[in-house]
Amino acid sequence: MSDGALHIEPSRLPDLDRVPRVDEVGVGERVSRFCKRSIKKDSKVQALKLALSMIDLTTLEGQDTPGKVRQLCQKAIHLHDSMEGLPHVAAVCVYPTMIGVAKKALEGYDIGLASVATAFPSGQAPRSVKLEDTRMAVAEGADEIDMVISRGAFLQGEYGLVFDEIAAIKEACGEAHLKVILETGELGTLDRVRRASVLAMHAGADFIKTSTGKIQPAATMEVTLVMLQAIRDFYYETGQRIGMKPAGGISKAKQAIQYLVMLHETLGNDWMTPDLFRFGASSLANDILMQLQKQQTGVYQSDDYFSKD
Amino acid sequence: MSAKASDSRLPVAKTYKIYIGGKFPRTESGRYYALRDGDGDVIANVCQGSRKDFREAVVAARAAFGGWSSASAYLRGQILYRIGEMLEGRRAQFVTELTQQGVKAKKAEAEVDASIDRLVYFAGWADKYQQVFSAVNPVSSSHFNFSVLEPTGVVGILAPQGSGLLGLVSNIAPAIVGGNTCIALASETRPLCAISFAEVLESSDVPAGVVNILTGSSAELAEHFASHMDVNAIVYCDDADGEGTQIQELAAGNIKRVIARVGLNWKDDSNENPYLIADTQETKTTWHPIGR
Repeated sequence: MSDGALHIEPSRLPDLDRVPRVDEVGVGERVSRFCKRSIKKDSKVQALKLALSMIDLTTLEGQDTPGKVRQLCQKAIHLHDSMEGLPHVAAVCVYPTMIGVAKKALEGYDIGLASVATAFPSGQAPRSVKLEDTRMAVAEGADEIDMVISRGAFLQGEYGLVFDEIAAIKEACGEAHLKVILETGELGTLDRVRRASVLAMHAGADFIKTSTGKIQPAATMEVTLVMLQAIRDFYYETGQRIGMKPAGGISKAKQAIQYLVMLHETLGNDWMTPDLFRFGASSLANDILMQLQKQQTGVYQSDDYFSKD
Repeated sequence: MSAKASDSRLPVAKTYKIYIGGKFPRTESGRYYALRDGDGDVIANVCQGSRKDFREAVVAARAAFGGWSSASAYLRGQILYRIGEMLEGRRAQFVTELTQQGVKAKKAEAEVDASIDRLVYFAGWADKYQQVFSAVNPVSSSHFNFSVLEPTGVVGILAPQGSGLLGLVSNIAPAIVGGNTCIALASETRPLCAISFAEVLESSDVPAGVVNILTGSSAELAEHFASHMDVNAIVYCDDADGEGTQIQELAAGNIKRVIARVGLNWKDDSNENPYLIADTQETKTTWHPIGR
């Protein structure tokens, strides 16, 4: 493994001028349609359970302690034991320093361990530091790496540099899955979101992800739709299935169902699996659990009776 | 309010909407019922609130609870007094609305006056009830042991059918002066003043979500008031068709406080006492170790 990216052939860099332009009004219209589907009763329960199984339960705070991370892992394992037939969440997502603690807490359970890397959330660090950050996270036992792109370089038009960086990180990941965070809140327009998505997928991303959760706006349905469309076109072009992870700002079960509707109507059944779609969230899990309990009992629920996350 | 049609202009009738989280949305259900005066003429189309409106109101009330319960007693008193002031300023409108709904003019005036006075009465208790109900308790161990009141949380109020304004105010005031937030279901037969009262609340520095007011059918909504796990207390004032029993049974689901104020004469002075505040308070007792 080298720190540079000189061995990457320049021809792999896609011609971003050929990326289709996004019709912002059309995207808005399409999204508002997804929010009007009526999903009730059995289909609702199924959708809620699917959404639950797609959650990356996340804690990315400066104030995180090993205790807090262990608590989050407990939450991932015991979502709400009094309810039967619940799936578990897809993964737990933490900072690299907490991987060891989380790994131990999740031992023996089929729950993934994701770690952010590459000077998250700003990505403002030399490439050598980012690569070291990634290698360390993988060595500590992370199954999935969530990297951030260099937005500054991207906005300056230095696409080659961003491309090389993603490719180099992908190499450093080895077996671990790579999720590439575009931080769409800093990209400004949907055109740039689409371009960044294409760039990331060509550079080797296994997943593309909207946001760090540290910048507002975080995930929106408009941005997610544009990224899903990019994934669809990439699939037609190469036959490769790339995953999608909206993160930040999705805290209600109703929103999660709307995202699933959008996923289904854009990419179809093949993508309706935690292997190809994730929600980066923390409080979403409890809201889904409350909705499931409501479906079971017919009574509106209170936060007081669900474990903290 | 219906305005008299004159030759020169068309009447501009008011749309009565519900009050959730400081906003005036229409009911999400899109249902309305016609409110008629004594002659059978339609006075207004009133929102037939649904359980989803109620759910939204509980979310708003829960969100407002933290801020309102930790506001100083002094501030809560000031705000209640302010509600009284604003109601005084719109006295004539409320009298008109009451008479439209079949209350005689003299009685309507008396009801509005009593409502204003009741708000002022409870405003005065804001920084006093705590001293009256709190205690330092004698214990035999080396502890300093004291009990204080804390608001119970979100209070559901099924307002009395017979008293459109005074009955509503008499139940909202003692709940919120103690730091609770509430969702009130207005009288089905006399709902107009409740919504105009919401406009008074909105312009009285009452934070959004502290009081939420719905209109609709008690027979339809009472079970949801009683069963919702995030409601901590329920007040009911009518007991038609064994509604009270049903409320008590459903309230057991999360051990709500159940407060029955059935068959009261709302004009009576007995509706002005601090025990009504204590009804929606919890007593917290602290054992504080001390050296000897």
